[in-house]
Amino acid sequence: MMNFTPPLYSAALPEIFLLCMASAALLIDVCLKERYQIITYIFVQLSLVAAFLLVMSQYHDYPSSIITFSGHYVVDKLAILTKLFVLVASFFAFVYARQYIKERHIARGEYYTLGLFAVMGMLIMASASSFLTIYLGLELLSLSLYAMVALQKNSGVASEAAMKYFVTGALASGLLLYGISMLYGITGSIEISTLGTVLQSGLHQDKVVMLALIFILSGLLFKLGAVPFHMWVPDVYDGAPTSVTLFIASAPKIASFCILMRVLVQAMPMMNATWSLVLAAAAILSMFAGNLLAIAQTNIKRMLAYSSIAHMGYALLGVLAGPASTTGYSAAMFYITTYVIVAAGAFAIIALLSKQGIELDQLEDYRGLNARNPWLAFMMLLLMFSMAGIPPTVGFFAKLGLLEALVEAHYVWLAALALLFAIIGAYYYLRIVMLMYFEEPHETLMEHRITIAPGIMAAVTLNGIAALALGLLPSALIDMCRLSLG
Amino acid sequence: MTAIQILFYLFSTIAILSALMVVASTNPVRGVLSLVLTFFAMAGIWLLLHAEFLALILVLVYVGAVMTLFLFVVMMLRVNVASMREGFVRYLPFGIVLSLVIVGLIVVAIGPKQFGLTSMPIPPTKDINYNNLAELGMVLYTQYAYPFEIAAVLLLAAIVAAISLTHRKPHQRKIQNIGKQITVKRADRVRLIAMPSVKKMNVSDKPSGETS
Repeated sequence: MMNFTPPLYSAALPEIFLLCMASAALLIDVCLKERYQIITYIFVQLSLVAAFLLVMSQYHDYPSSIITFSGHYVVDKLAILTKLFVLVASFFAFVYARQYIKERHIARGEYYTLGLFAVMGMLIMASASSFLTIYLGLELLSLSLYAMVALQKNSGVASEAAMKYFVTGALASGLLLYGISMLYGITGSIEISTLGTVLQSGLHQDKVVMLALIFILSGLLFKLGAVPFHMWVPDVYDGAPTSVTLFIASAPKIASFCILMRVLVQAMPMMNATWSLVLAAAAILSMFAGNLLAIAQTNIKRMLAYSSIAHMGYALLGVLAGPASTTGYSAAMFYITTYVIVAAGAFAIIALLSKQGIELDQLEDYRGLNARNPWLAFMMLLLMFSMAGIPPTVGFFAKLGLLEALVEAHYVWLAALALLFAIIGAYYYLRIVMLMYFEEPHETLMEHRITIAPGIMAAVTLNGIAALALGLLPSALIDMCRLSLG
Repeated sequence: MTAIQILFYLFSTIAILSALMVVASTNPVRGVLSLVLTFFAMAGIWLLLHAEFLALILVLVYVGAVMTLFLFVVMMLRVNVASMREGFVRYLPFGIVLSLVIVGLIVVAIGPKQFGLTSMPIPPTKDINYNNLAELGMVLYTQYAYPFEIAAVLLLAAIVAAISLTHRKPHQRKIQNIGKQITVKRADRVRLIAMPSVKKMNVSDKPSGETS
C-alpha cells in the first residue's frame, strides 16, 4: 500500500471558503428577481472581506511555511501576502464595476460569480506548490476572465477582444504545459520543492531544462503581458468593458508575479544565469515598446495598456536583479503592488466618466476635466504622477527601489536604460495632466454633468490618496514585501 | 525491430499525419474527423505505455463524446473557406521559419541524446496483478485530491461561463404565461370598430385572403 498523509485542510481554508461562497452565490443569484440582484453583489463582497480576514488570521497561525495536500499546496508569507493583495484589489474592482455593468445591462449576477471564480483561481495560484496546481489555478483565472470580457454581448468589440484573448491565451497555456512536461520528463516530479532539489543536484540534460524554462517563461510572460508576448494586451484592454479591463489589469498581475517567483526563484534558482538573460531582454523590449507605442495612442485605455506593458518590464528588472542583490525581489513585488493600486484607480476613473452607453475613452474627453470635476481631476493627477514616477507619489519610490536593486546587482547599464525609458514615459502621463488642467473642455462635454455615487467616489478617493500616502509613508508596505520575499 | 516498435512507429506516423491533416484540410468536417484519427492513434500509443485505462477513456470521452459534439457544432456552422485561406500565402514563410526553429529546438532538447535509453532506463515491468485502474484511483483521490477538486471547479466555472454567454434575457424568450392567458379579458383581444357599410364587390375578383 502507498503511504499517504491526510492533508491539513485548515491551511486551505480561504480557498475552501471561497468555493462554498461562489457556489452559494450562484444559487442565490438564480433565485433572485432582477431588481434584488444587489444582494448577489453584497454577498460576493462580504465573502471577499471574510476571505481577507481568514487569510489575515493565517498570517499569525503559520509563521513558517507549510506544504500540504501531498505537495500541491503551500502556505508561506509570499502566498499570504499575495492573497491579501489579490483580495483587496478584487474588492475594489467589483466596487467600481457595479455602476458600469448596471448601465450597460451586462449580466450582473454572472459577472460577480465569475469574478469570484477568478479570485479563487488567483488564490490557488498564490499558494500553488506544484506545477499542476499552478496550471489549474491559471486556467481557472483565465477562463473566468475570457468569459467576463465577452459578457457584454451586444458589443462586437468586446466579443472580438474575448476571442483574441482566448486564442492567444490557449496558445500560452500550451507553451506552459509543454515546458512543464519536459521538466517532468527529466526530473519525474512536478512539485516545486522537489524540482528545486533535483535540479540543484545537477543533471546532465541541461539543454532540456533550458528549453523547458524558456517555454514556461513564455507562458508566464504572456500572462503578465510583457514583450514579446504582449500582442493581446492593447486589444483586450481596449475592447473589454472598462470594469473588466480594470480587473484584468489589477489582481491577476500580482498572482502571475507570485507564480513567476515560485517557478524562477524556488524551482530553478540554479538556472538564474539563463533566466536573468531572458528577463533582461523581455524587460528592455517591454519598456521600449510599451513607452514608445503609448505616446502614439489617442485612446486612453489603449495608452494605459501600453503603459502596463512598460510597467511589467520594470517589474521584471527587479526579478532579474534579485539573485545578486538583497532587495530585488521585494522591490519587484512592491512595484507590482503599487502599480496595481494606481492602474485600478485610473481605469476606475475612465469607467466612472463614461456615460450611459457612451464610452469617454479618448484623450480628448479628458480635456479640461478640472473645470468639470476638480476632485476627480486631482485624483487622476495623483495617479498619473505615480505612474510617471514623480515624487512624492508611490510610483517614485517603486522605481527608486528597483534602480537601487539594479545598481546593487551591478546592472548599472540596465538602470540607466530604465531611467531613460521612464523619462520617455513621463511625457504621455503628463500630457493627460496638461489636458486636464491647462485646456478648456469641449462645449458638448460641458453639458454632461459628472454624477458619481458618493460610495464610489470615496473608493476612488481612497485609491488616489493611497498613491500619495504610500509615497509619503512607504515603509510599511516595503517591509511587508521584504518579509514575504526575503 | 520488435512488434512493439513497429506498432509504435505505425501509431506515431498516423498521429503526425492526421494532426497535419487537421491543420491543412480546408473542410472543417474533415478536420474534425482527422482529429478523431489523431486521438485514436494516441490512444494506441498510450496502450503501448501500459496506460490502458487512460487510452480507453481517451477513446470513450474524447472520440465518443467530445468530438461527436464538436462535429455537430462544426456541421451547423457556416465556415467561410475563402476567408480562411486569406493570408495563408502571406504568412506562410513566417510560419515555416517559426515551425522549423521550434522543431529544431525540440529535436535538440528531446533527442536521443537527452532521453535515450542510457539516461532514461526502461521502467521495470509490472507484475501480472498490477491494476492500472486501481493505481490511478488510489492517487487520484489521495495525493491528487486537491488538483482534482480544482479541476472540478474549473468545469463548474466553464459551465457558468458558457451558459452566461449564450443565455438570453427572459423577455427575449418565447414563454407561455398561463396566469396571463387565463385572466385575459375580451377587451384585450377583440377590438370592435364601426365602419360605414359599402357595396359588396364581387367575391371572385378579390384574393381569397381578404374575403373573411
